[in-house]
Amino acid sequence: MSRLNDANEVLAKEIIGRYPKARSATIPLLHVAQQQNGYITNEAIAHIAELVGATSAEVLGTCTFYEMFKMQPVGKYLINICTTMSCALLGAEQLVQHAEQHLGIKAGGTTPDGLFTLERAECQAACTEAPCLQANYRYRYRVTPAQLDQFLDDLADGRLDAEIPPHGVVARVRQSIPVDRGVGAVAPDEVHEAPAWMSLGEKS
Amino acid sequence: MTDTKSGTEPEAAVPVDPNVVSVTLNGRAIEAQKGELVIAAAQRHGVYIPRFCYHERMSSVGMCRMCICEVDTGRGPQLTPTCMVAVAPNMVIDTESEMTKNVQQGILELLLANHPLDCPVCDKGGECPLQDQAFSHGPGESRYIEEKRHFEKPIPISDLVYLDRERCILCDRCTRFADEVAGDALISFTSRGNETHITTFPDEPFSSYFSGNTVQICPVGALTAKPYRFKARPWDLAQQESTCTTCSVGCRIVIDSSRDEVLRYMGVDSEPVNHGWLCDRGRFNFESTKSADRVLQPLVREHDELHEVSWNEALAAAASIIEEAKAAGGAAGVAVIGGARGTNEDAYAWARLAHEVIGTPNVYSQMGDGLPADLLRLDRATIDETASATTIVLLAPDLKEELPVLYLRLREAAEKKRSRIIEFTPKQTGLTRHAWRSISYEPGSQVAAVNEALADAEIAAQLAKGDVVVVFGRANLAETITASVQALHRLLAAAPGTKLLPAFRRGNSVGALQVGLRPGAGGLDTRGVLQAAADGKIDCLVLVGADPLADFPDTELARRGLAGARRTIAVDTFLTGSSARADVVLPACAFGEKDGTTTNLEGRVSNVVRQVSPAGNTRPDWMIASGLATALGSDLGYANVGEITLDIAINVPGFDHVTSAALAASADGVLSGTPTAIWPVTLLEGTAPERNSYDLRLVISRTLYDQAVGTATSPSLAHLPRGSAVHLHPLDLARVGTADGVEVKVRSARATIVLPVVADASVVRGTAWLPWNNPGPNPGELIDCFAAVNDVRIENL
Amino acid sequence: MSSYTWAPGFIDDGDRPQIVTSRFQYEDGHTLERYLATGGYAGLKAALARTPVQVHDEVKAATVLGRGGAGFPAGTKWGLTPVEVWPRYLVVNGDESEPGTYKDRLLMERDPHQLIEGCLIACYAAGLSQCFLYIRGEMALAQERVATALNDAYAAGYIGRNILGSKFSVDVVLHWGAGAYVVGEETALIESLEGNRGMPRLKPPFFPAAIGLYGKPTIVNNVETLANLPWLLTHSAAEYTAIGTATSPGTRMVAVSGHVKRPGVFEIVNGTTTFRDLLYGAEFCQGIRDGNELKAFVPGGGSAPWFLPDQLDLPFEAKLVGAAGSMLGSGAVMVMDETTDIPTAAHTLTRFYAHESCGKCVPCREGGTWLERIMERLADGRGTESDLAQLLEIGQTICPGPFPHAASERLGLEAAPFPFKMTTICFVGPSAYTSVHSAITLFRSEFEAKLIKRKLIPVSVGATDDGH
Ligand SMILES: Cc1cc2nc3c(=O)[nH]c(=O)nc-3n(C[C@H](O)[C@H](O)[C@H](O)COP(=O)(O)O)c2cc1C
Ligand code: SF4
Ligand code: FES
Repeated sequence: MSRLNDANEVLAKEIIGRYPKARSATIPLLHVAQQQNGYITNEAIAHIAELVGATSAEVLGTCTFYEMFKMQPVGKYLINICTTMSCALLGAEQLVQHAEQHLGIKAGGTTPDGLFTLERAECQAACTEAPCLQANYRYRYRVTPAQLDQFLDDLADGRLDAEIPPHGVVARVRQSIPVDRGVGAVAPDEVHEAPAWMSLGEKS
Repeated sequence: MTDTKSGTEPEAAVPVDPNVVSVTLNGRAIEAQKGELVIAAAQRHGVYIPRFCYHERMSSVGMCRMCICEVDTGRGPQLTPTCMVAVAPNMVIDTESEMTKNVQQGILELLLANHPLDCPVCDKGGECPLQDQAFSHGPGESRYIEEKRHFEKPIPISDLVYLDRERCILCDRCTRFADEVAGDALISFTSRGNETHITTFPDEPFSSYFSGNTVQICPVGALTAKPYRFKARPWDLAQQESTCTTCSVGCRIVIDSSRDEVLRYMGVDSEPVNHGWLCDRGRFNFESTKSADRVLQPLVREHDELHEVSWNEALAAAASIIEEAKAAGGAAGVAVIGGARGTNEDAYAWARLAHEVIGTPNVYSQMGDGLPADLLRLDRATIDETASATTIVLLAPDLKEELPVLYLRLREAAEKKRSRIIEFTPKQTGLTRHAWRSISYEPGSQVAAVNEALADAEIAAQLAKGDVVVVFGRANLAETITASVQALHRLLAAAPGTKLLPAFRRGNSVGALQVGLRPGAGGLDTRGVLQAAADGKIDCLVLVGADPLADFPDTELARRGLAGARRTIAVDTFLTGSSARADVVLPACAFGEKDGTTTNLEGRVSNVVRQVSPAGNTRPDWMIASGLATALGSDLGYANVGEITLDIAINVPGFDHVTSAALAASADGVLSGTPTAIWPVTLLEGTAPERNSYDLRLVISRTLYDQAVGTATSPSLAHLPRGSAVHLHPLDLARVGTADGVEVKVRSARATIVLPVVADASVVRGTAWLPWNNPGPNPGELIDCFAAVNDVRIENL
Repeated sequence: MSSYTWAPGFIDDGDRPQIVTSRFQYEDGHTLERYLATGGYAGLKAALARTPVQVHDEVKAATVLGRGGAGFPAGTKWGLTPVEVWPRYLVVNGDESEPGTYKDRLLMERDPHQLIEGCLIACYAAGLSQCFLYIRGEMALAQERVATALNDAYAAGYIGRNILGSKFSVDVVLHWGAGAYVVGEETALIESLEGNRGMPRLKPPFFPAAIGLYGKPTIVNNVETLANLPWLLTHSAAEYTAIGTATSPGTRMVAVSGHVKRPGVFEIVNGTTTFRDLLYGAEFCQGIRDGNELKAFVPGGGSAPWFLPDQLDLPFEAKLVGAAGSMLGSGAVMVMDETTDIPTAAHTLTRFYAHESCGKCVPCREGGTWLERIMERLADGRGTESDLAQLLEIGQTICPGPFPHAASERLGLEAAPFPFKMTTICFVGPSAYTSVHSAITLFRSEFEAKLIKRKLIPVSVGATDDGH
């Protein structure tokens, strides 16, 4: 079953509730789907389309625009080696080649055991710590080839399970707005007046 | 709030007309409209700025960048996409500067970089904006030596449209159309950057009723229509403007033909009517004209078989049948039904033949599925007035299914928040999700539904704002019009000054009724004629493009009527269930084969043209009426259509200004009609009986694609009807003990038919909905056309 | 100096004012406890003690320049919303993806409450009814830290209904992206937040402050911009403007990466710190690695035209840098030493922008890719002389007219100042061309050295029919 499961559907509805328009929850819900299945299935897209009131074609259009959403299964660990300027200046290409050799695949490929997918990535906002990489969006900085070997072995042997969850899980902590504290979504078409506090200090 | 003022008040020189803005265009002072886009203002003043993504009927997206010109708003010349920027006072626009030219050449070079340049084998070749603008504004050569983008060659994205992604320049026109105009966002951009392309979702084709428009607005040959692919090159085409008569909206079209064969229709941007759009049924049913099944020769029945004869023989045979009938039972023994599919001239000639030459009052152009003719005397709204009304009340069928381009116009009114829609309906419609209020009712309870709505303070306040238009039509073929007319009367009483747009469906219903195809004094309507025929009181039944077996919503009565009529004469383009039984068949010209005028639902008269020769030995209806009059010893006195148009102007109230000259002067047609604003409609008393709780109330209405002749004989459309089935609300399934997809017996007081069940949340609980005239068992069998409502019971097999 | 492994890079050597990084010294700077213990939410309280108008005036007086790239003063931007159009929204731009830029992530990971407090102050002052905090999708830890901070702040009454018992009520909604650089552009950010493909909208005619999220007035501010507000409210505009210069008050965070001895992120004094200070100063990067020579540097993120050693003495001041042919952008300096292969380095940046094109407008979608293909050829040594000319011509379609570049004594070149004309909707397209143009203009000989060596077949030029 690759629609959202019941628990995730409940979560999806909670997320939708935060936005003035359901459609705004599209990307967060795609993340929920990817977390559930490891990648985005067509069934999940159709389900999300139902939930946010869009057509499946529209959700597909949104989904394929963004790098992080994978329409095919990827490895348990997605290794993104940054190859943009600062990393490139400090040996990113050699690091990619080293990873290719270590894993026995080309960048873009997945190891036969389904453990690793290797990608060249664009700037990861860690430029002072070049060359850097992310494994399922967890950083490793100033990586040497030897450190890379060790890191991949640690991942393969499960030594980093606590720190690095399987592909699809991005943030392990979610926002949850307590019912008694939340204001609720402010709908663009229903509010026509200045918020209450704006009258503070005004002469009446 | 003191701190949110943005800048100071504009202090521009106040022009005399506040809606006029003076700007300089290529050194010349011009006047533009306030809010007008630069690209549009320039075009009105004869300067065509090249463009690909801009389309005047859709929001601007500024994607192609082809329209960039140098525009100075006081900060020096800036490169400005003229499709995105409105004129401003004292703006200086230069569309010919060196920099503008260089940019345009550069953009074209980039557009052509990935384009396959397969113009010689492209349908668009010769009328392609990319090709034309590459010639007029392009660099004249391509230096792109890299590998081009590759995609699988044309893929079908719907039943009617193919997409070639290599030719696509990603202008967003088709996707914007699908989303903004049609409301069917089933095609979308996918991927990003240089990989971007158009796609549909797997297993969800672009099954829009309006898909053909995307082919028309595609600025390259990326979208092609199945019926036209590889058929012709544009320079071979002969073109004329005409009017589509598939339904009563009357969209303006261009008919393209080559070697005396119609090849396609294109929508014309008629401001008051269709804004350039067409529905796919209207666009593609021209194929029907070329069908091998057309009746091409006059036929006369001998020894129970139809034989080809000459026109003289056929007309003589028809005349003698009429004369015999008159001799046997008087003129009233002859009845003429049909005529709403022809031109005004056809209808007028037939009306004169029936009323004057034959002398029968039993004449009617509607087929028991129409509306009271007297509605035409109410204060009528135009389509424009409807689409700009403060409130639009729908007491009508699903306009998306029956009058698709009217649906587009009203959808736009709601989307742009110009109008609020209040809908009363026995089944959710295409406009339900755009309606401010959608009130569903069970057939027979229209008046109660309207009363309840009027008691709602918000609705009452909305109606009290004035400027209300009611769109009134036949939402259910399985009930009489009585309750709906009562509800309309109630509404008009509650909101005085309300105008009416009558949702007649057939192409020229309004014209036919206005020029006289309606009962004379004491005459019968179609239901009356069929009943009389069934009772053996009709000696001669004349069917003018009428097929009661398929169209009359009481199949049993239609069958009995046809069987009871002693002799039958049919004027038709095809041998239908009804005309195949006639004693004489007079073959008629089809659309595109004859000249004349037609009248749409708002009373707008516009021309239809003969673009190709009549097929075989066919004749226009008016000529057949003339010939028949001659055979009957009279003379209608018409040598050509123009004479009838003139005669109509002289004799038909409301048509006095509808002359050939007036029509020639106005491409948008001429409004006819004589509203009286007094309630002239016969208001029948009576309420529908209560529904037995075991029963479901029957709702039968039309779908865009059905087995109508034009659709069934157009190969591209013929397979599109979804098929007969009984649709029930999901919550009713358990109650009646069945499930989606199961075959059940549907039993009415009249008959039982066996159909599959479809669970359908758009159906009102307690009702059963069936599509009219779809492949499969005929729901007309279930209907008693004299009953106020019809109920059915669902039984397991 | 920090030793944490989870967000390294920040360096606070020396004695500089710290407006936004004061809590980076604490390993638990991200917790509500530490935040409160170090004066957290005092700025919010100070704001609530005044009227919204007064708070807005204070921000205007301080001239808090936008730190997202364009450098537009936040107070002025808040004032651009149309009169009496409600509701208005705040969208926080935490999509940090510009090559070389690394600061917003630090602010979110290390001091999320400071950002939240800044959001609240902005909403209070500008009458913004709901706040959406858009965090780049690939920043898992920042998302977790901000989510935790939001949850804690809600529980403690700092966010939500009747904040601290006042009439001020606002929700801060954490939203997360999914990987697309262009979404950092504010109108694309809004499209993305509406659930669409992140393609920029056109402006003019409408700026987000007038027509933004859901068609309503929307303020888009960068993370660092907002992070300045708590300090400003507990201090004053006068104290804020006392730091830096009149046109560039306060501090700003700058990431210096590439071939320096000690790359890192620094909170520097705005307007006065020079590039030489940054690259060579003892409290900053301490010189070029291995004692090499500096060849060139990118002064303001991957979109900025390159500088040469000639420009080292320019301070971090927008007007001066603009006149010198580049821009400060997002506060990212990337340093290339003498060993750098210029065509390859330039190709890396062109590839980035070509890859990140949203595909909406033709010059960027087609032109960017074309530039990238040619640059790849040139970097690989497969290019020809005509490729160089072709690059500049494609550039003329994307950015017609003169394009900014630095002055060079070596080349006898005068600076061409900012800005430039463009045919694209947003700056991604021009950015694909920036490094091409800088590299060819400043280091043409390096390209020429890599061209395919072909034996030229002489062609007679100028021959005409009559034999001349
Ligand atoms: C292509 C492009 C990418 C951008 N990326 C970012 C970004 O990642 N983060 C950011 O804050 N601003 C980014 N900006 C600038 C924003 O459009 C916007 O100016 C900024 O968020 C406004 O905030 P500020 O006024 O506080 O600086 C980008 C602009 C462009 C044109
Ligand atoms: S310049 Fe590039 S990224 Fe920006 S709108 Fe155009 S195509 Fe999209
Ligand atoms: S027509 Fe203006 S950008 Fe395409």
